[in-house]
Amino acid sequence: MSCSFSAVNSIQPRSLSTDNPSITPFKPTPSPFLGSTLKPRFNSLKKSPSASTRRRSSIVAVSDVVKEKSLNFKSSPSNLLITKEEGLVLYEDMVLGRAFEDMCAQMYYRGKMFGFVHLYNGQEAVSTGCIKLLKQEDSVVSTYRDHVHSLSKGVPARQVMSELFGKTTGCVRGQGGSMHMFSKEFNVLGGFAFIGEGIPVATGAAFTSRYKREVLKEADCDHVTMAFFGDGTCNNGQFFECLNMAALWKLPIIFVVENNLWAIGMSHLRATSDPAIWKKGPAFGMPGVHVDGMDVLKVREVAKEAVERARRGEGPTLIECETYRFRGHSLADPDELRDPAEKAHYATRDPITALKKYMIENKLASEAEFKAIDKKIDEVVEDAVEFADASPHPGRSQLLENVFADPKGFGIGPDGKYRCEDPKFTEGTAHV
Amino acid sequence: MLGILRQKVSFGGSHISIVEQSFLRIRPAVNASRGYTSAAKEMTVRDALNSALDEEMSADPKVFLMGEEVGEYQGAYKISKGLLDKYGPERVVDTPITEAGFTGIGVGAAYYGLRPVIEFMTFNFSMQAIDHIINSAAKSNYMSAGQISVPIVFRGPNGAAAGVGAQHSQCYAAWYAACPGLKVLSPYSSEDARGLLKAAIRDPDPVVFLENELLYGESFPVAAEVLDSSFCLPIGKAKIEREGKDVTITAFSKMVGYALKAAEILANEGISAEVINLRSIRPMDKATINASVRKTNRLVTVEEGFPQHGVGAEICTSVIEESFEYLDAAVERIAGADVPMPYAANLERMAVPQIEDIVRAAKRTCYRSVPKAATA
Repeated sequence: MSCSFSAVNSIQPRSLSTDNPSITPFKPTPSPFLGSTLKPRFNSLKKSPSASTRRRSSIVAVSDVVKEKSLNFKSSPSNLLITKEEGLVLYEDMVLGRAFEDMCAQMYYRGKMFGFVHLYNGQEAVSTGCIKLLKQEDSVVSTYRDHVHSLSKGVPARQVMSELFGKTTGCVRGQGGSMHMFSKEFNVLGGFAFIGEGIPVATGAAFTSRYKREVLKEADCDHVTMAFFGDGTCNNGQFFECLNMAALWKLPIIFVVENNLWAIGMSHLRATSDPAIWKKGPAFGMPGVHVDGMDVLKVREVAKEAVERARRGEGPTLIECETYRFRGHSLADPDELRDPAEKAHYATRDPITALKKYMIENKLASEAEFKAIDKKIDEVVEDAVEFADASPHPGRSQLLENVFADPKGFGIGPDGKYRCEDPKFTEGTAHV
Repeated sequence: MLGILRQKVSFGGSHISIVEQSFLRIRPAVNASRGYTSAAKEMTVRDALNSALDEEMSADPKVFLMGEEVGEYQGAYKISKGLLDKYGPERVVDTPITEAGFTGIGVGAAYYGLRPVIEFMTFNFSMQAIDHIINSAAKSNYMSAGQISVPIVFRGPNGAAAGVGAQHSQCYAAWYAACPGLKVLSPYSSEDARGLLKAAIRDPDPVVFLENELLYGESFPVAAEVLDSSFCLPIGKAKIEREGKDVTITAFSKMVGYALKAAEILANEGISAEVINLRSIRPMDKATINASVRKTNRLVTVEEGFPQHGVGAEICTSVIEESFEYLDAAVERIAGADVPMPYAANLERMAVPQIEDIVRAAKRTCYRSVPKAATA
């Protein structure tokens, strides 16, 4: 038994190296423990983990290879990962996320915002790296840490700030709040307070995309869905149920794990039997990728491949982004359990400064351009606060609105009107 | 018409006559159509549900059915028989045993405008998915300020079957009906089943559709209009199954049949009972119930579920709040026993309301001396 177990544990990217020729992890072992005799399918990305076998650690950022290649060709811009325009877009988006969240903290301590507020500082690379690849018709499903996902997807900062203030000009008229950001226009499907709740909903959105293509025959419907969730969620049953069904039906969904190593005060290592979340993908038959979530370019490379896979109809991908949140779980969290040394370490790996450094070193943009963007974003955020402050509170009648789409409860008849308003309507047509 | 009536019945006394007039208007039609029942077609509830699903799926390609065993097995209770062959596996989706997962998938698809029908093998299994029914389906239209509506139907058998034990016998009407944002329907006859399921599928809000396993095989006469493919019953209206003037008995699902039989027994003893088939637990047709109580002055509510915080509790309180002066006797609540459902057949019979219980309660409200406790 023990030998077969160790064979399982050695299924790692490095296994294809010539170090240990005796270990052949891709072959199924005869032990009854393992059950399935299917070959575990790993990352089918072009830059597979096996390519980076030179690294000793099994936790390898997939696109490290890409980055290394690009660093070797510093002088020729054609080998860089991004163009100047793309880089500035990414920078602006990350700065917007950071400035917005910082302003949220200020406003919360001034009493303008209340309830549960979960800030995204430090994780901007994941949101920007992934969401900036999507079209408006693609959808994003998030958890309660959803301000920056909404901003990246395109929801105006004014609307998000108003929503946080609880004003009627918010993106959901003040009825949702920090944890429930919905936008039909930009296809942000929430905003869920329960971890793991958004994953099946995202899988449903991907199901719809495939249904539209195959049943409703909208031939060019290649909308993909991205589900964002944390490390704590990866122990939840719904996550596994959806990995199974997404892979089974080849749904166009990308599961993005924002592994910031902490679930409130519970360290990921204390909560999870096998901390390598990306491994859970291959267990269900989809590629599992691990990437450095503090580097927006790496995240972008990995996400791009995943999105293209999904658009081609090849099915889901699980991306584990190792990232870190600079603030506590929420503004009410005293954040006492995290080691200050750990926080200091990750503060040096701030994604925004990293991108700036990369772009300056590769002469893509100048310091002045970055300062201009910083200034512009500050103005945007200030304007959002002023707008939210000046907006009215919801009227009293708004309390009872929007419970139902069809409040009369009578149902809509075949002509699209409420049946009870149809003059020929009689209640309970057949009184037998 | 009746929609406007519903708003106008403000229990100001003078308006009651409008409702009574409508009853008078309907009564000749009832009597007239009673004459045709012997010639009317009979249909089982199972066929009614099957035909309703079939017609709605063929009318709108966005409607799809998802659940365990709905496809190749033809439905755990054969409700979806023949649908897989007709519509294919993309529209009749067999799922793994993952209620939370596939219910959430249904909700996500509904966010995008598809019209899923999620089948639970019984509503007891819906507890694995109740987070999605309440938190992501029921509350979404409100949380998104009307941007995202959820046109989904959750259906399946509810309540006690025969000898299936505690974990397969609970009635969930009260739980789901407590939640704003959901519509909860419970049909009795084939006409109810067809009309309400079609209305539920067309409705743009989440609907919990509580069927009953023991009623699936029962046959009811249906008029020709019921067989029409655009037949729909309104959500939120109760039906007066039997007119009476001495006591009002409200019931839903299987208990309607029991109440009707009890009414027959009571009629032989000189008590004329009015039986109301609730049809819609949420929104509940409080107007009809109150109007009826104002006519008969006595109320007996019947349900199969647990008594505390049950459907009957809500009806009794509504009547006390709105028609207190009209009551001539204390309201009577009949519910299942306050125990998890036992397995032994004789114990199970005692744990669920029987016809004698309804008769006894009705007599108590009419001040006939009858002991309160049942004799085993």
